[in-house]
Amino acid sequence: MGLCMSLAGRDIISIRDFTRFDIDHMLSAADQMELQAKSGSDILRGKIMATLFFEPSTRTKLSFESAMYRLGGSCIGFAEPSTASVQKGENLSDTVRVVENYADVLVIRHPLEGASRLAGEVTDVPVVNAGSGSEEHPTQAILDIYTMKREFGHIDGLKVAMVGDLRYGRTVHSLAYALSLYKDVKLCLISPDLLRMRHEVLEDIGRNIDFEEGKDLGKILGEVDVIYMTRIQKERFADLAEYEAIKGSYRLTQADLKHCKKGAIVMHPLPRVDEIDADVDGTIYARYFRQVWYGVLSRMGLLALILGAIT
Amino acid sequence: MSQVGKAELYVKKIRNGTVIDHISAGYALDVLKILNVTGKETNTVGVVINVPSKHIGKKDIVKIEGGELKPEDVDKIALISPKATINIIHEYDVVEKKKVSLPRDITGIIKCGNPVCISNSKEPVSSLFHVQEVEPIRLRCHYCNRTMEKKDILKQF
Repeated sequence: MGLCMSLAGRDIISIRDFTRFDIDHMLSAADQMELQAKSGSDILRGKIMATLFFEPSTRTKLSFESAMYRLGGSCIGFAEPSTASVQKGENLSDTVRVVENYADVLVIRHPLEGASRLAGEVTDVPVVNAGSGSEEHPTQAILDIYTMKREFGHIDGLKVAMVGDLRYGRTVHSLAYALSLYKDVKLCLISPDLLRMRHEVLEDIGRNIDFEEGKDLGKILGEVDVIYMTRIQKERFADLAEYEAIKGSYRLTQADLKHCKKGAIVMHPLPRVDEIDADVDGTIYARYFRQVWYGVLSRMGLLALILGAIT
Repeated sequence: MSQVGKAELYVKKIRNGTVIDHISAGYALDVLKILNVTGKETNTVGVVINVPSKHIGKKDIVKIEGGELKPEDVDKIALISPKATINIIHEYDVVEKKKVSLPRDITGIIKCGNPVCISNSKEPVSSLFHVQEVEPIRLRCHYCNRTMEKKDILKQF
């Protein structure tokens, strides 16, 4: 494992900052957490995690807090910038330089792209990016590929369809970067024209893996191992008629799944609105709720690694 | 006389000042914008566009009587014309000749084109770009990872 740098003290800002060895190391750490999650652990006793959420969130914040508590640590933070010093005009740099005195790790969600990168550069404690505008959401990507690893036993060779809003969806950017570190992975990027994957991401992942872009989910449904659905937000469309026209074509129903490859799984970063029909929930394909549990395990592993509780 | 020498005769020699040579063809007017030359100045400014060049096929030239370039202007010229040369003229002679150079990282001289990039907010931080390609220029924002190309850069001058 000489190629794997220790993750103790590292920031988790972008998947682009890590090698495959680092990511594999994070997945192994998540594996180690299964037992500790169920029986409780105190490996992070005395450690404090601060969650600084400048944008609303429920599940990501709760997932991080659950991970921290399950390892014996404590949590402080805010979820509403309106109640925070931000409202008084304080900038992010000052806020994080203050809060790093209160905590051993900072978990930040911010509407501006690059916010966590800046926070990491002005603080000494590790910073975890819990979503920076529509740029990246690296811990979601780690839990996503952890889900694939758990469900298939491997990530190499998987064919993954990402469906929906690939332009503004931060989870798909991070996930594409993460998958591009693995061998023989193929991505099918299915979206309306307006919401195609950012060219920066395509340029980067295209150096390592094959991808194809398209609009029709039905065409590739029988070929892929993973159907990763995302929400298409109405507010992205200037013309509501256009939104109404396309939204149905990015909706997955139980009937569609008859055309699926055997053993395929359906994932979603959640929250969903109507892009996955409720009748899919009970099928053998649905993994999006189990994905949430894997999220807790992978965040436990990450916190334990960056706080030096495990190596 | 070399082709370059002939090209320079398109505009009369200047006595004291700066000649910016080997500007990428078609970008002389952008160089004037970078230098804030509006045409209302009193000094002589010569512009030659699309002349043959031995080194770069075609090139533009800008001559400014009595002008001296600020280092940040030289950096900006390097962004749009990485092969440009700056000649300092004294009493009709070239007393100093230097090539512009594009560093690997570019700090502060242009803004990120992404309006929701943290470097465009009220944070006490300068823009920072990593040079991905020199010609045609492609920069990546250190903070938001968005790409900036020549057309995006030119909008800022």
